[in-house]
Amino acid sequence: MPLPDVIPFIGLGWSDVLFLMLSGVVLAAAFAVVFSRDIIKSGLFLILTLGALAGIYVMLGAAIVAGAQVLVYIGAISVLILFAIMLTQTKVAPMKLAFQTQVAPAALAAVLLAVLFGLAFGSTNWGSTVFTDTPAATGTAPVAAALFGPYLLAFEIASVLILAAVIGGLYLAMEPKADEVSEELQ
Amino acid sequence: MSQIAGHLEPYLVLSGMLFAIGSFGFLARRNAISMLMSIELMLNAVNLAALALGAFIPSLAGQGAAFALLIIAVAAAEATVGLAIVIAIFRNRKTPLVDEYDTMRQ
Repeated sequence: MPLPDVIPFIGLGWSDVLFLMLSGVVLAAAFAVVFSRDIIKSGLFLILTLGALAGIYVMLGAAIVAGAQVLVYIGAISVLILFAIMLTQTKVAPMKLAFQTQVAPAALAAVLLAVLFGLAFGSTNWGSTVFTDTPAATGTAPVAAALFGPYLLAFEIASVLILAAVIGGLYLAMEPKADEVSEELQ
Repeated sequence: MSQIAGHLEPYLVLSGMLFAIGSFGFLARRNAISMLMSIELMLNAVNLAALALGAFIPSLAGQGAAFALLIIAVAAAEATVGLAIVIAIFRNRKTPLVDEYDTMRQ
């Protein structure tokens, strides 16, 4: 038996329910990232946020970006962050006083920013198309046409930037050698 | 049929809320790695906005995803260098809390 187009009693389509569930997971996990006192838990909730966002990217028809999100963010950056957490975890640091003294102005600024975003997004005429379901997947051909056409210079600069970041990160995180340290001290 | 998922505005509102949460975390947390995680949240919010605009505005088709891929590359570079800096400072000061990095204030 085929499923009905619109869920009875709620009046929402199935893709609406999927969007609401994914965005609920994104927002709840982002709140947990920001508010949890144990920093290793906020690192794990960051992975959950990024995974749910990858689901929303698939709903937007950008499967290539969702794949890059899973590979780069969940696979590499999250592991990097978790390793850095484990390297910098001290006995006293993580639990006491997770927030700065400026937490109240920061909360006010964030709420103001969200309200401002809402007003701006609501009042702008975007000239966007309205789909009966989620946007259709366009495949990778338009992405490649944009990336290797008008944005080719940005693409090349990004590759140079990544090379520079790898070398710089290695240099910054390298243990200073013992004789160099003694030279600096003298 | 869809009332929500076929329109542009819900995606943009979600991205705005995610950006606001990330900016709050950046301003309020004491741990340097928490601040870097908040920056990742903000970058992901921008990614979501770029992808939504690329999907819903016909003249931007493909460009949103290209922007998002470039932003992911820059975010990877930023995370590498940022975490390396945090580890280098931690080696000297033995703390990841940013308000105790006050050598230049004394």
